Amino acid sequence: MGAQQRVFKAKINSTKSLRKIFKAMELIAASRIQKAIGRVQAASPYANALTRAVSAVATQSNVDHTLTTEPENAQRAAVVVIGPDRGFAGAYSANVIREAEELVRMLGEDGKQVSLYTVGRKAETYYTFRERELARAWTGFSEAPEAAHAREIGEQLVEAFHTPVEDGGVDEIYLVYTRFISSIAREPEYRRLIPLEVVEAEDDSSVPEVRTEPTAPSFEQDQVFPLYEFEPSAEEVLDSLLPRYIDSRILAALLNASAAEQAARQQAMNTAVDNADELIKTYTRLANTARQAEITQELTEIVGGADALAASGGE
Amino acid sequence: MSLQVTVVAAEHAVWSGEARRVVAKTTEGEIGILPGHEPVLGIVAGGQVRIVTADGEHLTAQADGGFLSVENDRVTVVADQAELV
Repeated sequence: MGAQQRVFKAKINSTKSLRKIFKAMELIAASRIQKAIGRVQAASPYANALTRAVSAVATQSNVDHTLTTEPENAQRAAVVVIGPDRGFAGAYSANVIREAEELVRMLGEDGKQVSLYTVGRKAETYYTFRERELARAWTGFSEAPEAAHAREIGEQLVEAFHTPVEDGGVDEIYLVYTRFISSIAREPEYRRLIPLEVVEAEDDSSVPEVRTEPTAPSFEQDQVFPLYEFEPSAEEVLDSLLPRYIDSRILAALLNASAAEQAARQQAMNTAVDNADELIKTYTRLANTARQAEITQELTEIVGGADALAASGGE
Repeated sequence: MSLQVTVVAAEHAVWSGEARRVVAKTTEGEIGILPGHEPVLGIVAGGQVRIVTADGEHLTAQADGGFLSVENDRVTVVADQAELV
């Protein structure tokens, strides 16, 4: 077998084994999407109950809570970028980081400093590679976030929020994550987490909406909450509810991002399998051409040799 | 008349069904809820929420650091960690 043919055979073999890997990853991602969607839905009764309770307290009592009051002039904002731990998900990580950069630029134009928090290794390395300072980076759970992770992030953020700006605290907290729309559609977006305004969740699969405009809490007009008795008091109930509400919002964002990540990975791997098929076809054609050329050349040589012999014998 | 009770934890719903009575401990003390109770939003001070179901069975939910809301005979127990014991 000629050298050229051997090269093509080697390329076909390696592409075939890559294709197997892509195919496997596609199937794994596909099965995980369902699981991730299930988790998003399983977490929604909790989120809904909390949203409802927080709305009820906020509408009924005129409690001024630090987490809901708009700061006079915000100086520093925390931006939490929720990205993936692993690549192989097409433009998923690039898109969410682009959204984050856009937000950072907008905040910069408003004269706010930004401290960055990241979730997921890809988001972390993006910033560390560019030598941008990170306030905190969490890794290792982008594919299977749990309530404990959300609570840890929430605690850190609320603590930063309660720290005075001079000591490195923040006035505002934004979440940047990818919202899962369907298996083939997802959208990076940012939401302001604190100061928060409570708005009823629209549907079960999405994170409860929070408006970024600094207006009074907006509620469905037709929604009337009964007059609650608070135990022990409205302030204390709100005190204990708000951190929980924040945790549940973070969890919802993490779960959405993980579902979106799996969906992005499935799509990327699907494309990779298609490309591998295409490459295998191309290399097979080239290998066939090379074989034909070799045969043709050998025949030419034989015929040429026979001609030469016949010519020399005839003398 | 009975109560519609839902117990939810951060990551999943734990239990829901009809009940005759719910007893929980709040920061102020024990609170017992029967059908027709006034709306309440209370902090559950760790420990257990006891539910007597419509069939007369006794259920205990471990609800750590959550809250409880009552309105129109609908009781929602929300906890970070909740499990039926």
